[in-house]
Order: sequence, then structure tokens, then C-alpha cells
Amino acid sequence: VCVWGQAEPLNSNGQNSLLEEEEEEEEEGEDLFTGSLSVPLVLSLSRSLSLSLSLSLSLFPSVSLSLSLSLSLSLKATEEVSLDSPERDVLLSDGPSPVTPPASLISPHLPHNHLYTHCSFDEMEEEDTPDLFDISILVSDPEKTSMSLFKSPQATVRRRFSDFLGLHGKLATRYLHVGYLVPPAPEKSIVGMTKVKVGKDDSSSNEFVEKRRAALERYLMRTAKHPVLLKDPDLLTFLECSELPRALSTQALSGAGILRMVNKAADAVNKMTIKMTESDTWFEEKQQKFENLDIQLRKLHCSLDSLVCHRKELSVNTALFAKSAAMLGNSEDHTALSRALSQLAEVEEKVEQLHQDQAGADFYLLAELLADYIRLIGSVKGVFDQRVRLWQRLQDSLLLLQKKRDAEAKLHANKPEKLQQARDDIRELEGKVQQGERDFEQISKTIRKELFRFEKERVTDFKEVIIKYLESLVQTQQQLIKYWEAFLPEAKAIS
Amino acid sequence: SLVQLACNSSKTRSVSVDLNNDTALIIDIPDALCERDKVKFTVHTKTTLSSFQKPDFSVPRQHEDFIWLHDTLVETEEYAGLIIPPAPPKPDFESPREKMHKLGEGEATMTKEEYTKMKQELEAEYLAVFKKTVQVHEVFLQRLSSHPILSKDRNFHIFLEYDQDLTVRRKNAKEMFGGFFKNMVKTADEVIISGIKEVDDFFEQEKTFLLDYYSKIKDSTIKAEKMTRSHKNVADDYIHISATLSSISADDSTAIKKHFEKLADLFEKLRKVEGRVASDQELKLTELLRYYMRDIQAAKDLLYRRARALADYENSNKALDKARLKSRDIPQAEEQQQLCLQKFDKLSESGKRELTSFKGRRVVAFRKNLIEMAELEIKHAKVMLTMIYRCLFDNAYAIMKLALNVVTSRPFP
Repeated sequence: VCVWGQAEPLNSNGQNSLLEEEEEEEEEGEDLFTGSLSVPLVLSLSRSLSLSLSLSLSLFPSVSLSLSLSLSLSLKATEEVSLDSPERDVLLSDGPSPVTPPASLISPHLPHNHLYTHCSFDEMEEEDTPDLFDISILVSDPEKTSMSLFKSPQATVRRRFSDFLGLHGKLATRYLHVGYLVPPAPEKSIVGMTKVKVGKDDSSSNEFVEKRRAALERYLMRTAKHPVLLKDPDLLTFLECSELPRALSTQALSGAGILRMVNKAADAVNKMTIKMTESDTWFEEKQQKFENLDIQLRKLHCSLDSLVCHRKELSVNTALFAKSAAMLGNSEDHTALSRALSQLAEVEEKVEQLHQDQAGADFYLLAELLADYIRLIGSVKGVFDQRVRLWQRLQDSLLLLQKKRDAEAKLHANKPEKLQQARDDIRELEGKVQQGERDFEQISKTIRKELFRFEKERVTDFKEVIIKYLESLVQTQQQLIKYWEAFLPEAKAIS
Repeated sequence: SLVQLACNSSKTRSVSVDLNNDTALIIDIPDALCERDKVKFTVHTKTTLSSFQKPDFSVPRQHEDFIWLHDTLVETEEYAGLIIPPAPPKPDFESPREKMHKLGEGEATMTKEEYTKMKQELEAEYLAVFKKTVQVHEVFLQRLSSHPILSKDRNFHIFLEYDQDLTVRRKNAKEMFGGFFKNMVKTADEVIISGIKEVDDFFEQEKTFLLDYYSKIKDSTIKAEKMTRSHKNVADDYIHISATLSSISADDSTAIKKHFEKLADLFEKLRKVEGRVASDQELKLTELLRYYMRDIQAAKDLLYRRARALADYENSNKALDKARLKSRDIPQAEEQQQLCLQKFDKLSESGKRELTSFKGRRVVAFRKNLIEMAELEIKHAKVMLTMIYRCLFDNAYAIMKLALNVVTSRPFP
């Protein structure tokens, strides 16, 4: 998936022009990549990463080997594939390349199965959308199995932030309590939105918008990759319908808010006091593992935050020094030295941009990924808790059943209507218990499956991001060498 | 703590031009001792001059002794026309000490490995400060020894040779001059220098240039320092990231384990190099700027003294006119006027020489350091690039990608 951060609104033939642009940019994009990274091996890494992953992990058996080796995917190729053909190209994520954003702002390639989502951002055109802004989603899906689900192979829709929250709310309510890991939606941010609302066109509000756009893109991709969630009618509506009913009551809601809604306060208290006799060591192990992982990821995220912060600081200080060196160069009366100092100032200016870009990579690649996973682990904890709750409910029903049985035994002789009532109650309760046992078994099964999938996805995600990050480091060092090598003769020219 | 440092004097000399050209008098600081707050320098002299008692000798000196020597030279009337090499700044271990303190407080939050690495990093920083201070004291002495006039100064010889504690002498000097004069100089010179009506083009230009250049170089020094400090912070962050990645990798049982391990390893390697980039930048850039900022202040002091002499001369002229008017004390007034004129001329002549050679010295030093800095930046970047490539190649995907590219015979861009 490519990040597409244009600020121009879609024109009247919204979709068509978009497509044209995409097709052109597809070619340019390749060169863009080529130009910035001079190591061919590295280039091909990011391109075909998800490809080999699908091969090695054989997650998607419908993919035939010969097809998936095609690297020259473009939208054109997608359209060409007829809807009836038995095999499908696994749509690799290379969509239109970014026009303006720096190479480092490329969002992680999330391996996907049949779908790729492309998020772009349009400036707000109307003033009456208080808390929200428009996002354009480009969805393309040629997969045969999903053909019945999607009306067309491509769709571009405009969505508001609250629409995303609404979608998540629906999905969470529907699927969380039966053990599915519903990816959490990005958080609301009052501070960030206020800046954008006020209309500040500075770097921090642009940054906020970009951060949100990238987060929403990742969110959608994760949700769409989930085999069960993909089939959900609300998700399909979200991705396809041109007009979505305005999501209500999302004002106070965020991803975490939804979670809270699902887990009522009483349950929260219960959670603390429920001591579940875990018959399955697998769950115990996993829970412990996730607890540990959570702590570690948070720590890592914290360190990364610090790194981003310091690198930004370094960038700012380098810029300040560059200006100062330029002034010093102007003041210097020895001609050659004056020139060298001015050149030094220029180099430092370029270095400043490098630091800025690297901080961007630090953030958008590593820090955001970690943040996503920390929130995902929150979901994992949620489903674990849900399982415990179901267990508790089962225990409660069992207890009640036992009580009723005891009561019935006592009633036996005396009152026939009461006896009948008691027996009816018991039958009802027995049914409830059976259902409870089934539910519990089901959720345990679902969680196992989900965690298995989650772990696989985690491996893929992280591997991909690590490679991308390493590429960004390569880029930075290569540029540094270039700049300083250009400066060296200037310094030597001082006589 | 006691830190003994054996300095290689040729390595540490960087901000000043190659001194010690005159083999008749060679000075260096081969080692120094750090005891709590006090640094004890061993000043070693090798000489062929007969004015010294021995050809090869060493004495222990403190920072305050250097300051005494500097101040004595500044206040010597004879040297008013010379640029007195700037006094070395006081050894400042504040920054690493503060960091060490913070580290101690945060020890509980880190793993043992992390703590050890941070401590190592801090000890390196401590050592760097130490080396810097030795260098800057050494350069001061070498500037003196290579100056045709200053190298013959009696107090300088005492400093080099006197094998007793200089403390007593220092105290006497302080009583004589006090800090008053120095303070007065600092606040007054700007005003006087700018206010004086300059007769000589050369000095007019120098005045304008030096005043402007001083403020610019001072600003650059501050900004360069901030920049190198930020750089060090980034390198320190790598330590924490590496440590956490290591512990995640240790706990992980999935396919990602090795990747985290390799990444942790890479960050650890990178941080060492980034640290060196920061400290090289500091030595070649920040310290260079800082040294010449002080040197320019010394040049400004020279201009001040000359301006004072000019003012004195103008006053003596006025006094002479007055005396002629009153027909009283004319010979004294004439003599006074002559003296002032002589002094002024001497200062101007000597000052011109000094300022010209100063410019040459400055250009050479800048050239040397800028070249060295660029070369080091390139060297470090290449080293880091190699490390990152290795990490990429270690990653299995790199190889797989290679294979895939071969299979699809897509031409390498």
C-alpha cells in the first residue's frame, strides 16, 4: 500500500482522474524508488516482500506460484484480469506511488490476501464537519472468492474519521465477545483536531493529519485482512457505498471507548476477582507471554519515542548551526575560507533534512508499528478476558442449576405445581448450561485460531518493517557520504 | 575517582597550527591526574636553551597556575602590543557528572546490560572531557613557547621550571592586581574600541572585522555545541533500543527472534559509531570554533590596549597644548607626549604584525580541521553503511529476494 498524501481535493470526475494519475505514477514510482536507493538488492526487497512471504507461509493456497512471481503489477494488470478467470493474481501492494511525500513516509507493506486499500487525504471542503475530515479510500479487489462480496474491483469512497470509529464500533460489538481479534481503531485526539480545525497550515498540523491518515490506512488493511471480518456486511458497505449514514454517537467514542462499552464496568470489577481454574495450560502460557510482550513493547516504544524526539532536536539544531555558519562565512574576510564556511552551511542544511527524514522513518515505520501492536495486544487481552467472563457465566449457571436441583429434591413430595415449575426451570437452566459450555468451547477454539493467525501476522509485519527501516538507514548514510564527499574538495581548496 | 591519562601529545593538538617548530624549546603534557575536582597536569619541557638549569624536566601544575601565568602576561606592559594566547578554560566535568548522577537514579529501570553500556558511554565522555582539557592547556603553553617574545618571559620560565608549589606566588599576584582590572577591561573595551577615531586603515578594518566576527563565531560555537549534544543523545537512545530488542528477542519463540537479535546487535554497533561521529564533530568543529572565539577575544584585547594608548596620546596632546597656553610645565608635557606617541607607535607596529599572523594561523587551522572533519564523517558513514548492509544480508529475505529477482529476470535498476 502506498501512502498518498495529496492535499488537493478530488475533482468532479473523482475516480477517473485518480485512475489516470495512478497509472502514470505507477511507472514514475518505480523510478522514484530507483533514484533514491542505489542498491538494487535493497530496492527489490520492498517490492516483493509480501510476495515471498505468502509463498513461504503458504497462507493463501489459492495463489499459484507462477502468477505471484509477477512483479510488474499495476492497476492495469488488475483490470485486465477477468472476473471469471479461475486464478487470481495476488494483488501485490504496489499502487500508485506518492507524488510528493519523501520516500521515508512509506507506510509498512502489510501483507494482504485479496485486497488492498489505499488511503489518501483530501482537504475538508465543507465547513460543517466539525470533528472530522475526509478520507478517500481506494479499494481494489480482483479476488474471485470475494467477487460476490464486492460489487466492483475498484472503488473510491470518501469517509470521515467518525465513520471509521462507527465501523469499528459495529465490528467490535459483533465479534469481540466471541473471541475474534478486532483491530482497534486509531484514537481520537482533541489537540490534534483542534489544530486542524483552526486551519493552521503549519508542519505540526500537517504532521498530525499525515499520522492519522497512515494510522487509518493500517487500521483498514488489518481489518480487511481478517478472513472473518472481511465478510462482514458493514465492512463491505464501508468500503463500497458512496454515501454512508452518519455514524452517530461517536463523539465520545474512540477505539478504546468502544472496548470499554463492550466490557461493562461491573465486568471490570469481576475481572479482578474472577479466579478461573484454567484447565488449559495453553491459555495460561499465552496470557503470560502476552503480558510480557506488552511490557517489552511498551518499553521499546518509549525508547523509540525518545529517539524520534532527539533526532528531531538534532535536525533543528543542525539547521540553526547551518544558519550560524552561513553568517560566519559572510563575516569571514579570507575569501577561500569564507566560501568553505558557506559550503559547510549548505552541507549542514542538507544533513538537517536527512535527520528529519530519518526521524520520520523512525516514527512511521517503527514507533507506529509498535503502537499498533500495543493496542492489538489490548484486543488480545480483551478476548482473553471475554473468555474468562464466559467461563464465569457458565459457573454461575452451573451453580444456579445445582441450587435449583437441590431445591427440587426438597420439593419433591408436597406441591405439584411448584414441582412442575421447578422442573421447567431446571430444564431451562440445563439448556443454558449446555449453551454456556458450547460458547466457552467455541470462544476457546476461536481464540486459538486467532492467536495463531495473529502470531503469523506479527512475524510478517515486523520482518517487513525491519527491512524497510534498514533501507531508510542505508539511504541516510549514503546521502551523508555524498554530501561530505562533495564538501571535501571545498575544504581542501582553502589556501 | 582517580583517572590517569597518558596523552599522546601529537594526537591531541588539533585546534592550533603545528607549534613546537622551534626545537630549542619543546613543551608537552604527557600525562595528567584527575582527583575529584582537581586536575594535575604534568608539564614536561625539553630545551637546548642555556637559560634553563636542566635540558629535560617536568613539573606538576594545576589549572590555577596556568591562569596566573596568563594574567601575569596580560598585565605586563611590555606585551601590550601582542596577542596574548587565550587562557585555557577551567576543566568542566559538570556534564558527564550530571549524567552519571541521573544514570544512578535510573538504574532500577534498566537491565544490567543496559546500565553497563550507559556507564561505559559515560566513562568515555568523561575521558573525552579530560583529553580536551589536557589538549587546551597544552596548546596554551605551546603558543607561548613558539612566540619569539613571549617564550623568553621570565614568569613563563618560572612556570616551566620552578619545582615548588606556585600557590604562594599566585596569591601575591592576585593581591597585586586583583580581579578589578580584568573586569574593567571586559566591560569597557567594546565601547572604547568602537568610539575611538581611527587613523590607520588597517586597524579600522580589523576593528570592524573582529567585532563582527566575534559575535558570529560565538553564536556558531553555541549552536555547534547544541548540535553535537543532540547527536550524543541519539547515540544514547540506541543503547536502550538495542537492550530492549535483545530482551524481546530472548523471550520470543517465533521466527522473528533472530531478526530482533540481529537488529539489536546492529543498534549496538551503530551507537558506538554515532558516538564517535558526535565526539569527532565536537573536537573538529565545536572546539575549533570555541578556541578561535577566545583567540579573537585576545585580539580584541590587543585592539583595546592600542585604543587606550591612542586615547592616552590624544590626552597628552591636549595636556601639551594646555601647558603651552599656560606656559607651564612644558618640558614634562612634551616628554609625556613623546612617551605616549612611542608607546602608541610600538603597539601599532607590533599589533599589525600580530594580527596579520593571526589571520594566517586561523585560516590554516580552519582548513586542517574542516578537512579532517569531512574525512571522518565520510569514514564513519561508510563504516555504518557496511554494518547496515550486513544486517540486511543476514536477513534471510535479502537472499530470497535476490533469488526471486534472478528467477523473474527483472533487470536491476
